[in-house]
Amino acid sequence: MTAANLIEAAGLVKTYVSRKGLFGTATHVRAVDGVTLSVAPSTTLGIVGESGSGKSTTGRLLLGLEAPTEGEVKFDGKPMPAIKTNAWRDLRSRMQLVFQDPLAALDRRVPIGTQVSEPLDIHAVGTEKERQDRVETLLTAVGLRRDQAGRYPHELSGGQRQRVVIARAIATNPDLLVCDEPVSALDVSIQAQVINLLRDLQEARGIAMAFISHDLKVVRNISDRVAVMYLGRIVEEAPSADIFRRPLHPYTRALVSSVPVPGTALKDRIILQGEPPNPAARPSGCAFHPRCSMATERCKAEVPAFVTVEAGRKAACHLVPAASTET
Amino acid sequence: MLRFFLIRAFRAFMTIVLVVTFAFVVLRMSGDPALIIMGPEAPPEAIVAFRKAWGLDQPIWIQYLSYFTAIMGGDLGISMRDGQSAISLVLDRIPATLQLTVPALILKLAIGIPAGVYAALHRDSAADRGVMAGAVVGFTMPSFVFGLILVLVFSVTWGVLPSGGQDTWMHAILPIATMSIGGAGILARFSRSAMIEILGQPYMRTASAKGLPWRRVIWEHAFPNAAIPIVTITGFMVGTLIAGAVVVESLFSWPGIGRLLVVSVANRDLAVVQCILLMVAATMVISNFVVDILYGYLDPRLRNNQARH
Amino acid sequence: MPLVEISNLGVAFSGVPVLHGINLKIEKGEAVGLVGESGCGKSVTWLAALGLLPGKAAVSGSVRLGEEELVGAPREKLEQVRGGRIAMIFQDPSSSLNPVLRAGRQIAEAVELHQGLAGAAARAEAIRLMDLVGIPGAARRFDNYPHEFSGGQNQRLMIAMALAGKPDLLVADEPTTALDATIQAQILDLLISLRQETGMAIVFISHDLGAVSQICERVCVMYAGRIVEQCSTEMLFRAPRHPYTRGLFDAIPRLDAGRERSIPIPGTVPQAGRMPAGCAFAPRCGYATDVCHNQVPALSGTEGRATACFNALDEMRSATASGTTKQKVEFA
Repeated sequence: MTAANLIEAAGLVKTYVSRKGLFGTATHVRAVDGVTLSVAPSTTLGIVGESGSGKSTTGRLLLGLEAPTEGEVKFDGKPMPAIKTNAWRDLRSRMQLVFQDPLAALDRRVPIGTQVSEPLDIHAVGTEKERQDRVETLLTAVGLRRDQAGRYPHELSGGQRQRVVIARAIATNPDLLVCDEPVSALDVSIQAQVINLLRDLQEARGIAMAFISHDLKVVRNISDRVAVMYLGRIVEEAPSADIFRRPLHPYTRALVSSVPVPGTALKDRIILQGEPPNPAARPSGCAFHPRCSMATERCKAEVPAFVTVEAGRKAACHLVPAASTET
Repeated sequence: MLRFFLIRAFRAFMTIVLVVTFAFVVLRMSGDPALIIMGPEAPPEAIVAFRKAWGLDQPIWIQYLSYFTAIMGGDLGISMRDGQSAISLVLDRIPATLQLTVPALILKLAIGIPAGVYAALHRDSAADRGVMAGAVVGFTMPSFVFGLILVLVFSVTWGVLPSGGQDTWMHAILPIATMSIGGAGILARFSRSAMIEILGQPYMRTASAKGLPWRRVIWEHAFPNAAIPIVTITGFMVGTLIAGAVVVESLFSWPGIGRLLVVSVANRDLAVVQCILLMVAATMVISNFVVDILYGYLDPRLRNNQARH
Repeated sequence: MPLVEISNLGVAFSGVPVLHGINLKIEKGEAVGLVGESGCGKSVTWLAALGLLPGKAAVSGSVRLGEEELVGAPREKLEQVRGGRIAMIFQDPSSSLNPVLRAGRQIAEAVELHQGLAGAAARAEAIRLMDLVGIPGAARRFDNYPHEFSGGQNQRLMIAMALAGKPDLLVADEPTTALDATIQAQILDLLISLRQETGMAIVFISHDLGAVSQICERVCVMYAGRIVEQCSTEMLFRAPRHPYTRGLFDAIPRLDAGRERSIPIPGTVPQAGRMPAGCAFAPRCGYATDVCHNQVPALSGTEGRATACFNALDEMRSATASGTTKQKVEFA
């Protein structure tokens, strides 16, 4: 990866201990299992996957909100400081999280203007007057009116609330924004408003963005590159334009195929059998093999390596040959 | 399961240690049993002798230690007042108390739960508002006030029921009524809010949408869910079966545990007070334990991970 | 005679109208999509038809199931229709099953109600239905509780329960919204094959135009308590005529398109009780004229194609839709 990346994660593993059964035998669940990725300024990496794929955990690891069990996150070339240290706190203003439910992210009893100003107060940015001006600028930037600063969250619509959350997230001029299903709770006619807002903010401020979603259409629309996760691992990563037009990994193909395209009969589509497996019971070899129609003996036994298969494209599948340029 | 029991047992033990210690500290800090039991006119030598006999001349922490080890060894001590074993004094009084508290508990459940469920099903109706107003009065009014009102009406004005004593079943009516009202109010409120929450759940709509008759929707689909919070509060009431009668027993001169406790506290009769407190703590611990087991029975979602709690 | 005929159906919650006179016919065996955003009344229509709305809802108009009138029908009659002739499944399968009752039992209950079976026979039928909707090891899993199944399996259980009454009509209220992409495809596939096997009609309620297009021959687009456009699925996708429908198509990014900006519909859906005068969409509409702000457009046109708009888009204007240009997804 080039040195220009704002954030680089290498070999991230996050293990949770879960106790099952009455005698409490501890099992280790690898929610994230060796994720390597990077995001450059002014670009968006889309992360897609189903529930249990570890995409949200990956987002939290990128932000340093959780410490990885193994692996390392480098922000701006420097390792992520340990959680709750002063250096870690200082970094908070440079990276922000926007997640699905804006009502849960906002305090119901506090006017939205105060909530947007909160990160400025915490990081003691400027004088009080300057902060007040900044709040107004931020509200305008996300398409709200200045006079709405005194409103409470319940007085706003879902889309407006998500705008407030975004205004708060960009208050400190962050370099990195991790968006975890930011539009999933919104009506379709509103989703595009929020997506466009995120995109405009990115263009104006050069923000690096990790956009986590299960909605392939939205990810296609906003991302430069896309990583597809399955059971804690990235199985394919490619430019957004290529991955949806010509998916290589069988799982990506099934995902792309599962998006209903008007005019395409369902019978022409790939319908995966079975459910995404439980991370606590990871299948041997390639974790996708029990649901893969093309799986061979090798897939059951051997974990496929995540390798470059074409220029700018990587995949982890025995059936997708590695590029000859691969060293 | 073993883990579950061990954690429970340890918690129960710690509860009892705290209760024992607390009672000791409060009773010893607040008055000298020798002075109170012997009376103000007693000769100083007698008081010294009393102190020596009961070990009250020892440093306080030695008293505590010897007292504590005795209790852990199962020796609950002897009443300072009349020299009887504390445990037999207490056990003698338990039937009288249960004569009041058990019928009162049944009454609370029999009134509170149906009233609450009815109010929930007829939300915002006059009946709902009536039940809720009654419930608020029930649990905010102190039981001695309610007891006095009952005495005034039924004993003084109408003269139909006795105002105190334990001679006939008639004597139990007013104390039981007094004791039930607060609990019935609490249960009515709990049942109502539990039911209302459940009625709003998506699976209630499913039950109706499949054509299940309304009555079965309520009793077979809603009530088993609403029972979970109701069991919690009922468990708490079972826990107070022994201790819950202090005020009412005093008010109606009912010779139960509550009265014994009041008298023993006044006398700083440590052994008896401790014995009662232990009994109370034990019932609470046991009823909590039973509630936890019931949870697992009522809510299958808790069965798999009960060991974690 | 249509299977279900809804005429001028209105619903008001505590005096606030949320449904303003819906007219809708469902023929035997057909699949109709109801599309719209949250609060547009697409679910309320069917909850009202089955008498499943809370007591504070005032329902007016008529819902006829064959000869029977359902609005204002006595509870016993509705209880026979529910699950028996019209079954319904819901958005969030995991909370739509009773958590303290065994999953198989909940299906057997519906079997007992509508097939007159009892005991072992009801259990056997419930297991057959679980098997039919694709629950692996149905007999073994009969006694499991809903939380022991995945979200997709819970929706399959809901479908099995709905099939228990051999209904003429299945109303599927956002049945795939809460599910993962690959599981959504499975459930859609299941609904399509069940419809083929049983011949039941399906009303598919969704905000996802794509999912609707997979299942339904006919679509009704709803906005703020009214049907604003009604036509065949194919026609809707080829040339939407209502500006709101057009806006929806533009707002939804396409998987086979590029990274270009999508065109959002400005503003937000009006709240019930704060409806603008005239057409409810007028404040957000780029084509609105004076009349739109003063008068409510009626749904007019033919049986096959109707629009409620004074300035309905003609073929030319609507054909600029991205809906017509499609890039095929190729598989390596």
